[in-house]
Amino acid sequence: MSTTTVAKATVEELNERARHLRSSAVQMIYEAKSGHPGGSLSAADLLAALYFSEMNYRPEEPTWPDRDRFVLSKGHVAPILYAALMESGTVDPDFVHTLRKLGSPFQGHPDSKKCPGVEISTGSLGQGISPAVGMALAGKRDGRSYRVFCLLGDGEMQEGQVWEALQSAHTYKLDNFVAIIDQNNLQIDGTTDEISPNLDFIKKLEAFGYDAHEVDGHDMQAILDVLDTIREADNDKPKGLVLQTTKGRGVSYMEDICSWHGQAPNEEQFNQAMTELEKGLDL
Amino acid sequence: MSYQLDTTVLKATRDGFGDEILALGKENPDIYVVDVDISKSCKTNVFAKELPQQHVNVGIAEQNAAGLAAGLATTGKIPFVATYAVFGSLRMGEQVRQSICYPKLNVKIACSHGGLTPGNDGGSHQAIEDMGVLRTFPGMNVIMPADYNATRKLTRAAAALNGPVYLRFTRDAMPAIYGPDEEFVIGQAKVLEEGDDIAIIANGDTVRLAIQARDALVADGYSVRLVDMHTIKPLDRDEVLRSVATGRIVTVEDHNILNGLGSAVSEVVAETGGALVRRVGVQDMFGQSATYDELMEMNGITVENIVTQARDLLNA
Repeated sequence: MSTTTVAKATVEELNERARHLRSSAVQMIYEAKSGHPGGSLSAADLLAALYFSEMNYRPEEPTWPDRDRFVLSKGHVAPILYAALMESGTVDPDFVHTLRKLGSPFQGHPDSKKCPGVEISTGSLGQGISPAVGMALAGKRDGRSYRVFCLLGDGEMQEGQVWEALQSAHTYKLDNFVAIIDQNNLQIDGTTDEISPNLDFIKKLEAFGYDAHEVDGHDMQAILDVLDTIREADNDKPKGLVLQTTKGRGVSYMEDICSWHGQAPNEEQFNQAMTELEKGLDL
Repeated sequence: MSYQLDTTVLKATRDGFGDEILALGKENPDIYVVDVDISKSCKTNVFAKELPQQHVNVGIAEQNAAGLAAGLATTGKIPFVATYAVFGSLRMGEQVRQSICYPKLNVKIACSHGGLTPGNDGGSHQAIEDMGVLRTFPGMNVIMPADYNATRKLTRAAAALNGPVYLRFTRDAMPAIYGPDEEFVIGQAKVLEEGDDIAIIANGDTVRLAIQARDALVADGYSVRLVDMHTIKPLDRDEVLRSVATGRIVTVEDHNILNGLGSAVSEVVAETGGALVRRVGVQDMFGQSATYDELMEMNGITVENIVTQARDLLNA
């Protein structure tokens, strides 16, 4: 019989985990002198909830066939995924110093050949969701009970392939598939409203046959509650979850600032970020 | 041994794929087919009907098909994505690169309608650059069988190979070259005739043209080395070197002369020296609606032109 090796946690513990993940991601990006902090920080609370409460997996056996799978379709926020893999014990925490360096398992974008716990290489936007659907379909065909959580960026939803994949999960009634959209309303060149408005993701997901939910992506209790609802839903529908988030969440000077999509902090900025993440912003 | 055409048996290579993938699927429940709404043309419709639990049809969504297949492969399945060559190479090209080749997943892209065979459909549907594009993806294997039996054997070999493979088939019925017991190894060319004066290296449907050209040259008294280079990646470099020893090589392909078989052979010859190469193939131009034979004629992919190119080299 399968066991969950990652124990369930309290909201307080999960918020602490999220703070660790944020610090770890910012440190990696600072040391690498490049990377994507904004979208890493907006997704941190979700990853804490998934990796330390919701998902059933074995850090010591990352290829366990019955594991729940997490696919990071918005692959540029790899540091937050690496932070979760280190925090969970899936990957040696010493790799924290190797992001984007020669020979590292922590490639600039996730590489499933190099890093345990990375389910599929991603980084070209719009593409991670299709393998995630394939994994969910295989689980159904094989009679396994695992689920697949796929995290997408709101800007990424501009890619056509995303909608092909969403549609196919509905076709095959993949109720074990959870598409999660990190709606932080920013992309590289500006706000999503300026570049290509998100419109209503809930309506879009529902039109595609999804059981769709929306939540404050930084309210841990609310995230846990909606994950409960999703887990307990007994229908044939794939699940959609829209996270309302703030890009750069937790580091004051990064919050909701477009230019922190893809740049590293300098030493002074790094120290400030660490201080803020240590004590927590007054939010 | 000298191979001859058997014009009493006419079968399309896409039918060889359809028959073999069905046999493979019945033997191994991990064999999957991912279709994109053209299963009838790709000959996977019988598989779809008989093995529905191993079949997926994502509809007209090639990019998703490639990525979904990659996801299946992460769980140990061996998916064959079936489509037309123009879509299997280019429409899903980046997905094949990012989601299949980069993570080194065990996915096969099995394409019908390679080259100029979909003649009447026009240039939009004639894949003339697919094999060249695919052979520049690290880790990809690129194969075009010459007849029905070769297709069955190479499809089986592709299923047994743990890694990405691009298989290119064609639409129209072609004469048989090989018997059902002929053995094939991916990356190992078939030598259809030994010879010293000149080598003809062909693949796919054009092997039948090369055989006829060989017959004409042999009738003229030349000793012709005839090679079916069914795998252009990994290229059988040793066989190219044996062909170089003749000093003269004519390559023949239903593909752009840029980046296909002729280019692959020329890359080796440029490094070794020792031979002149003439490339018979699509002359870097899009096709149009016409018969397959008319389009081949327009590009000089004919028995007569192979013989002309060979004679030029022999008289040089």
